Amino acid sequence: MNDEFDQSGILSVDHKSKDSTTVFGFWMYLMTDLVLFASLFATFAVLRGPEFGGATIQNIFSLPYVLVETIILLTSSFTCGIAMLFAREGSVRGTVLWLCATLVLGATFVGMEVSEFSNLIARGQGPSKNGFLSAYFTLVGTHGTHVAIGLLWLLVLIIAIARRGLSRGNMRKLALFSMFWHFLDIVWIFIFTIVYLTGSL
Amino acid sequence: MTWQTFIFGRLAWSVFPQNAIAWGGALFMLLCVIAVLAIITFFGKWRWLWEEWLTSLDPKKIGVMYIVVAFTMLVRGGADALLLRTQQATSVGNSFGILSATHFQEIFSAHGSIMIFFVAMGLMFGLINLVVPLQIGSRDVAFPFLNSVSFWLFCAGAVLINCSLLLGDFSTAGWLAYPPLSELAYSPTTGVDYWIWSLQIAGLGSLFSGVNFFATIVKMRAKGMTWMRLPMFSWSVLGAMTLVIFAFPILTVTLTLLYFDRTLAMHFFTAGQGGNMMMYVNLIWAWGHPEVYILVLPAFGIYSEVVAVFSGKKLVGYVSMVWAIWAIVVLSFIVWLHHFFTMGAGADVNAFFGIMTAVIAVPTGVKIFNWLFTMYRGKIRFHTPMLWFMGFVVLFTLGGVAGVIMAEPPADYELHNSLFLVAHFHTMIVSGVLFGYFAGYTYWFPKIFGFKLDEKWGVRAFWFWFIGFILAFGPLYILGLEGATRRLDHYSASLGWQPLFAVAGVGAGLIAIGFCCQMAQLVRSFRLRHENIDTTGDPWGGRTLEWSIPSPAPSYNFAALPIVHHRDEFWERKNSGKRQEMKFENFTMPKNSASGIIIAAFAFLLGFGAIWHLWWLVVIGLVGVLITLIMRTFDEDTEYTVTASDIAHREAGLRYTNI
Repeated sequence: MNDEFDQSGILSVDHKSKDSTTVFGFWMYLMTDLVLFASLFATFAVLRGPEFGGATIQNIFSLPYVLVETIILLTSSFTCGIAMLFAREGSVRGTVLWLCATLVLGATFVGMEVSEFSNLIARGQGPSKNGFLSAYFTLVGTHGTHVAIGLLWLLVLIIAIARRGLSRGNMRKLALFSMFWHFLDIVWIFIFTIVYLTGSL
Repeated sequence: MTWQTFIFGRLAWSVFPQNAIAWGGALFMLLCVIAVLAIITFFGKWRWLWEEWLTSLDPKKIGVMYIVVAFTMLVRGGADALLLRTQQATSVGNSFGILSATHFQEIFSAHGSIMIFFVAMGLMFGLINLVVPLQIGSRDVAFPFLNSVSFWLFCAGAVLINCSLLLGDFSTAGWLAYPPLSELAYSPTTGVDYWIWSLQIAGLGSLFSGVNFFATIVKMRAKGMTWMRLPMFSWSVLGAMTLVIFAFPILTVTLTLLYFDRTLAMHFFTAGQGGNMMMYVNLIWAWGHPEVYILVLPAFGIYSEVVAVFSGKKLVGYVSMVWAIWAIVVLSFIVWLHHFFTMGAGADVNAFFGIMTAVIAVPTGVKIFNWLFTMYRGKIRFHTPMLWFMGFVVLFTLGGVAGVIMAEPPADYELHNSLFLVAHFHTMIVSGVLFGYFAGYTYWFPKIFGFKLDEKWGVRAFWFWFIGFILAFGPLYILGLEGATRRLDHYSASLGWQPLFAVAGVGAGLIAIGFCCQMAQLVRSFRLRHENIDTTGDPWGGRTLEWSIPSPAPSYNFAALPIVHHRDEFWERKNSGKRQEMKFENFTMPKNSASGIIIAAFAFLLGFGAIWHLWWLVVIGLVGVLITLIMRTFDEDTEYTVTASDIAHREAGLRYTNI
């Protein structure tokens, strides 16, 4: 065993095991979030169908628009990955820069989704129209809310890194954030496939 | 929207209680709260309370606070139960009892919700907090701050559900609030919203605890504690926390969707516009059935510890016990439909779920036999925890057989929603879950407080609970078979049911006396604490690591982290006479934090605002939670270092068993 101590006399293996526990715990949290989305997907699958005077599923979105949203979100995952690479290099400047790019892309995604939602509501196709629209707004909106919370987290993280550099704590938070961000990408791919692609058939 | 509705939402003068019994409940609660606050102020204990308890991140203190809240809520849920029993014993023929129909419905809804979410869950997480880190040879849980947040969210939910005593009404839709009755069209007041938000807030706390203790057991076991050396209680907690991780998000979703239906006029579970109310029933039981096993698995774990210790033998069939736990974990997710065979899903679906339900009795049976064989030719000592265990074996087996009867769909068509069902699940939850937690409470009490609970009053409490239980629920089995449905506020005299309902009422009274005995036990034990002091750290002849340290357990649990070589590590150490060499090292411990209680206070405001449509308060609550969290992430001064010399100094004055 490697007997290195930090300034307060704590074995450095203790720090490493704490970091690995944190990452493991965050994985478990992501699993719970996955079950949450799974329940919403199930709800969507049950309720999609009769329109009760609302628009049909094909009429509520335009596939090219959603494709642009998808590309933007996937690109934000890519920039987040690059930020991680810069963080491992120890470059505060590079990390902050690429995280800012992630922030802009993420905010664009949320903005596009908000505009999509408000268009639908303005057309009288809001979530209270029928069961299908309730399920649609709730499933897609829950993902959007996650992205929005992720953006807030990212903003806080950028400030923390800019102020205190790539400390052990900040590196750990960055690792957790990037897991969260990639996770939201995966959920979005399912939304894109199950809601939009299957819906446009 | 006028400015009045903006500021006051749904609040109006009419929200205060409308009759004498409701006022009685509200005033009693207020008096209790005022009395507690006055006592703390009178003795000048606020600072001590804040620094030693409310902001503590020590899982042992958090565990004690969970149990205090759970016992308090047991008084509330128990008072509800007594009212229900009185009503059913007296409301027959021309007499209409003491409660109006609506009030009766509120009370049975509150009774169920409180007993499950705030009594059973509270006792469970309390004991898990007290014991799991000690048992796995760890100084702490994986995420101490998250643990405090979990507890305070639980507490915020408990406070919120009790607010309905004073402000507004409570849900009349039963403990699971099935739509369409729980929809706005049929429950237009705030009752169902109270139910939604108190469960939502407490449920999030449970979800975080699930993640926390799962990570704790997987990542923080002592060196050498391989999976097949993990003590049985910790195994059962790992199983239960797995269920929490998979089941509680479903509850979160279900409650949110119901709230969207009620508040944003959505159509998830409504009767029109494509809503599907049976989807609600599926969702709520996809959480609800695993929830039953979440509660009972840790109780099984406690019985496994208790029966081995008080029989003086190692647990029979350790490996089969572990597999039984995991069989139950898996099976508990594929039986949920047995709660509504009468939905009309068809013979094939019902047959599948019926068979699965019967199959789940097999691993449970394995556990029962293992416990009995552990007792066989053991040197049994009949201390209170063992009495709770033996009461459990008798009642739980009978209740389980009743469950297998109802697992058959044709029989269930007769028994669905009858008092037979009510008697069945009370047998499982009271004798299975509650008796187990009482056993664990008595068993681990000296480890936390340094003295044993009084044996005489413990035995009295057990017999009152045990006999009271048989009298309270035996008649319900018979009444159920005679056709009495659940939730009756009145019945015809010609049915001849009143004598049995009267016996059930007497039984409930005996249980209440049993609870009073437990309170007397607590007071007497505290007064005689010097006589019952635990000088060795090992008052029962324990087998697992928690008994290897002094009582009360120090805040850091283990001065030197244990190294494990055996399944019953401490027992083997005592037998071999070998004591682990004490080599002290520096380590860190978490500092106290007020953020947990602050987050929960804002979550309470959020919930209260959402119930009464005070949207400005919802915003304050939400922003408050976020800001507190962000401030916490910027706080890097969250730990302190304990040095080896501190530990050597403190350990010099502690008591150890003679090994």
